[in-house]
Amino acid sequence: MKRVVITGAGTINALGTSVPATLEAMREGRCGIGPLEMRDTERLSIRIGGQVKGFDPESVFNRQQIALYDRYTQFTLIAAEEAIRQSGLTFEGELANRAGVVLGTSGGGLTTQDENYRAVYEEGKNRVHPFVVPKLMNNAACSHVSMQYNIKGPSFTVASACASSNHAMGQAFWFVRSGMAPVMVTGGSESMLCFGGIKAWEGLRVMSKDGCRPFSATRNGMVQGEGAGIFVFEDYEHAKARGAEILAEVAGFAMSSDAADIVMPSKQGAARAISGALADAGLAKERIGYINAHGTGTAANDKTECAAVADVFGTHADDLMISSTKSMHGHCIGGTGAVELLACIMALRDGVVAPTIGYEEADPECALDVVPNEAREAKVEAALSNAFAFGGLNAVLALTKV
Amino acid sequence: MDVKTRVIEIIAEQAVLEPSDVKMENSLEELGIDSLGLVESIFAIEEAFDISVPFNANDPSESDFDISSVAQIVAGVERLVAEQKA
Repeated sequence: MKRVVITGAGTINALGTSVPATLEAMREGRCGIGPLEMRDTERLSIRIGGQVKGFDPESVFNRQQIALYDRYTQFTLIAAEEAIRQSGLTFEGELANRAGVVLGTSGGGLTTQDENYRAVYEEGKNRVHPFVVPKLMNNAACSHVSMQYNIKGPSFTVASACASSNHAMGQAFWFVRSGMAPVMVTGGSESMLCFGGIKAWEGLRVMSKDGCRPFSATRNGMVQGEGAGIFVFEDYEHAKARGAEILAEVAGFAMSSDAADIVMPSKQGAARAISGALADAGLAKERIGYINAHGTGTAANDKTECAAVADVFGTHADDLMISSTKSMHGHCIGGTGAVELLACIMALRDGVVAPTIGYEEADPECALDVVPNEAREAKVEAALSNAFAFGGLNAVLALTKV
Repeated sequence: MDVKTRVIEIIAEQAVLEPSDVKMENSLEELGIDSLGLVESIFAIEEAFDISVPFNANDPSESDFDISSVAQIVAGVERLVAEQKA
């Protein structure tokens, strides 16, 4: 088995258009959630989100590219550029043939679907742009990364709602660990902040109208975000041989299915994924210093997640830190685990633990150290990143300091 | 059709019961309606009466709409219909 390390990271989300900008915002506990800017907001009852603002696609992509790139693909390519540039890799010859791209997304090209449904149903048009299908498909982002960087090995897209990018990164981890691929580009992207995307979530009535306050007794629901996180996972020996900078090691991964309810989370399912990741990484639970929580800010998730952590870690649950950065960037759905992995890298590499902002009042059902409101300096040797999706599909990654 | 009859019909349909089996003092839980069924019922009520029901599934007790019994729901809908149709 190969050791797997991260040699590149990239992102765009409500907190920033790069990894340094995002980590700075996390260190400062800055909130990226604000009023939604889109058409027809007067018809929405939920009017806040973690929207990527001040981003002009035309300054990055040409007209032909924009005709093919949905917003979620644009996010992916921006983050992939940063990650691959940092890794210093170019994909040629044998490396190109063996390296792959595994990405997560829940909705794929939702903005494209939204706009074109509007055109045919509302505006009564009988013709749509020829590229609607290649633009909206869930594997479009993956394919464009593959094409742009000449990556020709195992490449596909994973969809498991809010756990999509953790499931994707788990697959990439396995490909590298097994020796099947020396390098994998992985992570996820989501752009569900379009009228239809918000409208669908409104229907479920679990969205907050005023803010995301994970673990706080005053929490009243989730807030949607958007964005992408992309990473380069690489065989440790391969990275070392070329003198690459190593950001962290991916030490373990586990998944589980609740097999219980389509929306309500299960403590047992979450606990099995968490303890599975520890076992896969060969980490004693006492070594985990930080958990990036799923922490959606709903009543059900946060108390269930805290109970699962308490079950797995026993008395050590009181000694570790657990925070939800969704309080800052919102819930980026299929891309959220990838954006949140950055907080784990920051804890391991920089010794800074991102806070849970918006924290107002303790909830006895979430009685853990949630790093309220202010980032904290700490030496963290190993960290977990939790993702628990609707449908009861759970995926947890374990990272260690190198 | 009056508000009470229509609300009971909606709840009965969700609970897979005859309307005559739905009692005013019943809670939704007693009728076997879970959190998903509740959200569906609220949606059906909004569509049937063309009203907007202030209800947050994330924390029903914080909502400005009492769902503790069929009678409370009927009263709440009657009030909303009166307010929103005024």
